[in-house]
Amino acid sequence: MMNRFIRRIQRFKGWIGAAAALCIFYGLYLGLLDSPPDYYQGEVVRIMYVHVPLAHTALLAYGTLFVGSLWYLWKRDVLVDNMCHAAAGITAAFTILALITGAIWAKPTWNTWWTWDPKLVSFAVLLLIASGYLMLRTFVEDPDKEGRYAAVMAIVGGIDLPIIYFSAEWWRTLHQPLSISMRGVSMSGDILLPLAIMSLGLNLLFIYMLMIRTQMLYLTNLLEAKKGRLLSHAHLSHTSS
Amino acid sequence: MWTKGKKTSLILSLVLVAGALGYLALGNFGENLVYFVTPSEVRAFSPEQSQKKIRVAGMVVKKSIKTQADPVGLTFELTDGEATIPVVFQGIPPDLFKEGQGAVAEGHWQADKVFHSKMIMAKHSEDYMPIEMKRAGIKLPKKDFMKTLSP
Repeated sequence: MMNRFIRRIQRFKGWIGAAAALCIFYGLYLGLLDSPPDYYQGEVVRIMYVHVPLAHTALLAYGTLFVGSLWYLWKRDVLVDNMCHAAAGITAAFTILALITGAIWAKPTWNTWWTWDPKLVSFAVLLLIASGYLMLRTFVEDPDKEGRYAAVMAIVGGIDLPIIYFSAEWWRTLHQPLSISMRGVSMSGDILLPLAIMSLGLNLLFIYMLMIRTQMLYLTNLLEAKKGRLLSHAHLSHTSS
Repeated sequence: MWTKGKKTSLILSLVLVAGALGYLALGNFGENLVYFVTPSEVRAFSPEQSQKKIRVAGMVVKKSIKTQADPVGLTFELTDGEATIPVVFQGIPPDLFKEGQGAVAEGHWQADKVFHSKMIMAKHSEDYMPIEMKRAGIKLPKKDFMKTLSP
């Protein structure tokens, strides 16, 4: 079922990529040029239009990995396993970018590039989990074991997601609490709009990247399997003769 | 399936990742779950606690900032609504450090009942709006800063 769904939406890949580009360019125009500076942070607030969507997309990518891993353990669908593998790489990429843009924002607002604040630390842990996951996949050779071990690791690592998201609500942090929460939205409309469009754009970009990477990994694995079969065939005919 | 070199490197990298996670979880992260203390907590400090380098967060009391020429720095007061502590800061404060705004100071609470700091960070809230809206006195639904100080 999932397999057929993934295959079907692969056909619309180009459209998703185009929509992502459109949203990102429009969002950047709104965020960097059109929107007003913040009353307190001034022009520096514009970094938010890049940083916050990057961080959210990293969480979405890991969320995809988490759900995909559950699905894989249940159904053992190889294509879903490839999707998880793809999502992990994209999680790592977006996490690194979010950490870098966050540091650039933190220097002028907080006066430090990095501090051992719960939100920052739990987010850096996400990078460790994603890279650990990728390492595990590289080192385990048997494809079935690779998929299983990796899925278990991704599910265990999922504990970090709520910790990251709610850290500034649960603990004392330097990082400001959530702007969009049960309390309501503490952002004016002209600041919220570019943020929403950039978020949509980066989410679409993530889906686009995920599709391409999943396809790539699927084909690579297929090729490997075929090569393996050819090799064992040659080996068999060699030893039997 | 498991060549020897691969197995060694797998174990090595797992140990590395587990070690890094453990370091973060038990070492720094554990201590920093209390990222800062409040002025009321500082007032209640025992002499031993005063030895440690800590972070104090609070609202900078309005009209309390006084600049000093030698050594370059300033003095101000931090409050959490209940207690207020005097802070002596050496250095140049960040741009967003203002009266009536949140700030985190890193340093020592010394026997003279003054907090000595060489590092200030500005803590901004989660509300974002253009200056015109702020001037018009529009309030957005943010978390009460004083409440964020009590866990």
